[in-house]
Amino acid sequence: MTTAVDTAPAPAAPSPAPAGGGRPRRRLLRGEGSGAPLLVLPTVVLLGIVIVYPVVRGVWMSFQKDPGLDKATGMFVQGGTAGFSNYTHWLLQQCAVASGGTTPCPSGNLGAEFWVAVGVTVFFTVASVSIELVLGMWFAMIMHRSFKGRGLLRASVLVPWAIPTAVTAKLWFFIFDYRGVANRLLGTHLLWMGDAWPARFAVVIADVWKTTPFIALLLLAGLQVIPDEVYEAAKMDGASAWQRFTRITLPLVRPALVVAVLFRTLDVLRIFDLPWILTGGGGGSGHATTTLSILVVQQIRQGFSSAAALSTITFLLIFAVAFVFVKFLGANVAGTPEEGR
Amino acid sequence: MPVTRTTAIAVAVGALLPLAACSSGGDAISPQSAGIGSRGPITYVQGKDNSNVVRPLVAKWNKAHPKEKVTFKEQSDNADQQHDDLVQHFQAKDAGYDVVGVDVIWTAEFAAKGWLQPLKGATKVDTTGLLPATVKTGTYNNTLYAAPQASDAGLLYYRKDLVKSPPTTWDELQADCKIAAAHHIGCYSGQYAKYEGLTVNVAEAISTAGGSIVGKDGSTPTVDSAAAKKGLTRLVDAYQGGEIPKQAITFQEEQGRTAFEDGQLLFMRNWPYVYGLAKTDGTSKVKSTFDIAPLPGDGNGPGASALGGHNAAISSYSKHKATARDFVQFLLSNETQKFYAEQGSLAPVRASLYDDPTLVKKLPYLPVLLTSIQNAVPRPVTPYYPAVTKAVEDNAYAAMKGEMSVDAALKAMSASIKSAASS
Amino acid sequence: MAVMTAPSRAAGVARRRTRNRNVRTFAGVALIVLWGLAPAYWMVVTAFRRVDYTFETSPWPTHVTLANFRTAFDTGLGNHFARALVNSLVVGAVTTALAMLVGVFCAYALARLQFRGKYVLLGVILASSMFPPVALVTPLFQLFTDLHWIGTYQALVIPDLSFALPLTIYILTAFFREMPWDLEEAARIDGCTQGQAFRKVILPLAAPGLFTTAILAFIAAWNEFLLSSELSSDRTQPVTVAIASFAGSQPHQEPYTAVMAAGTIVTVPLVLLVLLFQRRIVAGLTAGGVK
Repeated sequence: MTTAVDTAPAPAAPSPAPAGGGRPRRRLLRGEGSGAPLLVLPTVVLLGIVIVYPVVRGVWMSFQKDPGLDKATGMFVQGGTAGFSNYTHWLLQQCAVASGGTTPCPSGNLGAEFWVAVGVTVFFTVASVSIELVLGMWFAMIMHRSFKGRGLLRASVLVPWAIPTAVTAKLWFFIFDYRGVANRLLGTHLLWMGDAWPARFAVVIADVWKTTPFIALLLLAGLQVIPDEVYEAAKMDGASAWQRFTRITLPLVRPALVVAVLFRTLDVLRIFDLPWILTGGGGGSGHATTTLSILVVQQIRQGFSSAAALSTITFLLIFAVAFVFVKFLGANVAGTPEEGR
Repeated sequence: MPVTRTTAIAVAVGALLPLAACSSGGDAISPQSAGIGSRGPITYVQGKDNSNVVRPLVAKWNKAHPKEKVTFKEQSDNADQQHDDLVQHFQAKDAGYDVVGVDVIWTAEFAAKGWLQPLKGATKVDTTGLLPATVKTGTYNNTLYAAPQASDAGLLYYRKDLVKSPPTTWDELQADCKIAAAHHIGCYSGQYAKYEGLTVNVAEAISTAGGSIVGKDGSTPTVDSAAAKKGLTRLVDAYQGGEIPKQAITFQEEQGRTAFEDGQLLFMRNWPYVYGLAKTDGTSKVKSTFDIAPLPGDGNGPGASALGGHNAAISSYSKHKATARDFVQFLLSNETQKFYAEQGSLAPVRASLYDDPTLVKKLPYLPVLLTSIQNAVPRPVTPYYPAVTKAVEDNAYAAMKGEMSVDAALKAMSASIKSAASS
Repeated sequence: MAVMTAPSRAAGVARRRTRNRNVRTFAGVALIVLWGLAPAYWMVVTAFRRVDYTFETSPWPTHVTLANFRTAFDTGLGNHFARALVNSLVVGAVTTALAMLVGVFCAYALARLQFRGKYVLLGVILASSMFPPVALVTPLFQLFTDLHWIGTYQALVIPDLSFALPLTIYILTAFFREMPWDLEEAARIDGCTQGQAFRKVILPLAAPGLFTTAILAFIAAWNEFLLSSELSSDRTQPVTVAIASFAGSQPHQEPYTAVMAAGTIVTVPLVLLVLLFQRRIVAGLTAGGVK
């Protein structure tokens, strides 16, 4: 990731003003553009410090070895370079052996949990995002249709979003306690945070509660752009409600939908607060809700370099997903105007 | 304009480069030789003072040593947070922490990282009269790095109205379980949630059966042995067989205490702090119907409890180590230890105090606790403790839930510990 | 749906359909309101409930007491909630101020100007907002311990900027893009320099957008947990970390009612803020998302 900033002067000649009529296009007035680098310089420097530097240093750290114990003195000494061994530790589950080789990581070692964590993270992502989408779309349509109580609706929708995630997690921790209100209302005796699947669903439920309203808002904005006439025309043509939904609503709301899905997916892939506070990454045999981010934090207590490698892997994974979204699903994240809009 | 711009950017990037090159390399000169004879004000760092003993002690010291005042810095109540806070400050080579309270399981880890001042030579601390088991918890590589301050060991709580005399062996305890069944309550519980408490209980089971988790060097696993198998199998069979109730797999100390006070358990393994609460809690149903005994053994003496408690150590980065040493010695003194016991119900580390009649009157569990401590086996003393405890927790938990056989669990523990020690 | 002549079947059917739709809409609205408010309400009710009745399931406020709020602020248990509130405020305010100051200029440049490397910069900013914060923890921890910054405010502001700055730029760019060129051009024609046009024309017009962005950035910083939990000391702990690690009066005990009280204290001002500016916030949230 380089900080690419233009150092050559911007073109001196302004582009010509548009001929009359048609969409007004952005015009470069004389001198415009030359001040731009100065305007963006503070941002570039700041981003360099808070993002570029830590990432670069993190990658550098991931190629170092964690301190090892010198058997003679009983003291830890700095490890040297590790090559790719930190990466193979996670990706290929190879753990070091005293004689110098490697062996598949045994259970009880954090390395053995990598692929489980990937699975858990993917599960959370798929479950949360799909539920939030469906429910969010439903909420959006309800909000779109109702004229009374707009204020109350908007308030109800913003409250879950406004509550800090840590507080949300503690609230649901209380609700899901063995003696808590969830078990009482449902008449169950589930160990919500103890058993594997209840714990996973506890996390999903808390996340869905918090974020569905936000998705609903995004989709509502997309819905509000669709003119009523289109629906009227379709109704007169005899289209059923389902047909109107699938042939008109969905395609027209698609851009908003895809962006919402992209951002939510990336958010859940990075999820930490909710599972950490709700279950500590535990549940089931102890790692039913350990996501990649939680695994990194657990590894930090045992060795920085290995943790750095794992966070780099996480980071690349998330980028890959974003790339797929932007390239293949056409997520219009830069907000650049599309043709024909 | 372009020139200035380029320069500005170059300067910005250039400013970042040294940061990138920075690494947290160690000092060439050992910090442990610095500040040894020096005196001055110091800071004492400890986790939350639940028993409210530290402040009066510090006030007493400050009155007697006006030029070497101690400032008390209180950490949170959470052991993990205390650990991380200490790690942060040590890594930063902070001179602001002089005397630190360390949990018994962190001593080896911190000592091996060079963060603790060896308590020998000019900073020697006198440990005569202290319980040997407690002194062992502060020793790493045959050197004393931390002096024991307060101790703790597991006790067997039992319902004396249901069981005439406490079981002295595990087999006797299992035989008594039919009494529990007859009264429709759970037979036995300890701490089996997947956290440090599980390691404590598993270590106790293994040690009682004559096994061990790591060898004397702190890194060679010895857990794959017949004795360890016997110990772990006891726990697993009891859980699978129902003698340990199903929900005990989520129990930490408090949940077990609540269940016992509610009359739901016949036997419970827990720390001494429960004694006072079970006797005085408004909601306790067993106020006058419970008693304590040492943990059941293997047929030749009491069971091996794990040792809890915490030690006091001197930071390698302290600037006033002479004062620090004196303060540590003060914490070990007879008066301080007696104060800990009387005021704070903390188990003292001085052997003589266990016979003191006024103390025994205040803390009736003292004699039983002494037996427990004298027969205690510390948890693995290893600089890799975080990895070791995780290996034990994960695999024992899986074994108890029936997801792994005991053999496989022990093998996995052994392999995990081996790979942690060689990374 | 006025009925003009004698009620015809079609009109009756239409009216019923409308009524059904209204009932369904009403039910839907009720569901949404319940969804959003019920758990939050539960938190508040529990916050006012006596500790002995922690697990009482009555939805009405019963066994009301203020004791939990006192407990939340009680430092005797080792919780420093009031200090945590101050920390969150300071870190949030500083982060927001910095992000706005730096971001406003960058957003303007991105929205209005062309320059080489613009799309690379946009890409980097976008990439930053997709970034897993966990990747920052280890290197920043190393850096801050080297600089002896653990336990200072800068150790919290800097990581918070990693998401606050891209967020600010992203939203502000969208706002700036929507603004008409005419006024600016008019000002330029009237002889203002670029800077003056910016200060005198653009900024005042963008004020609502700036305000909204500031709120969103502040809320994001207030919300932060992961980086704060690893990089703060108990002196600089923000409110999220404090609540997550609230200690009870017994060792190993979870003080539910006190935590709910603390949560209520943290939530109420935020919710009020959000409700006061709901229209703007919704506009800001959707500005970047829907184009």
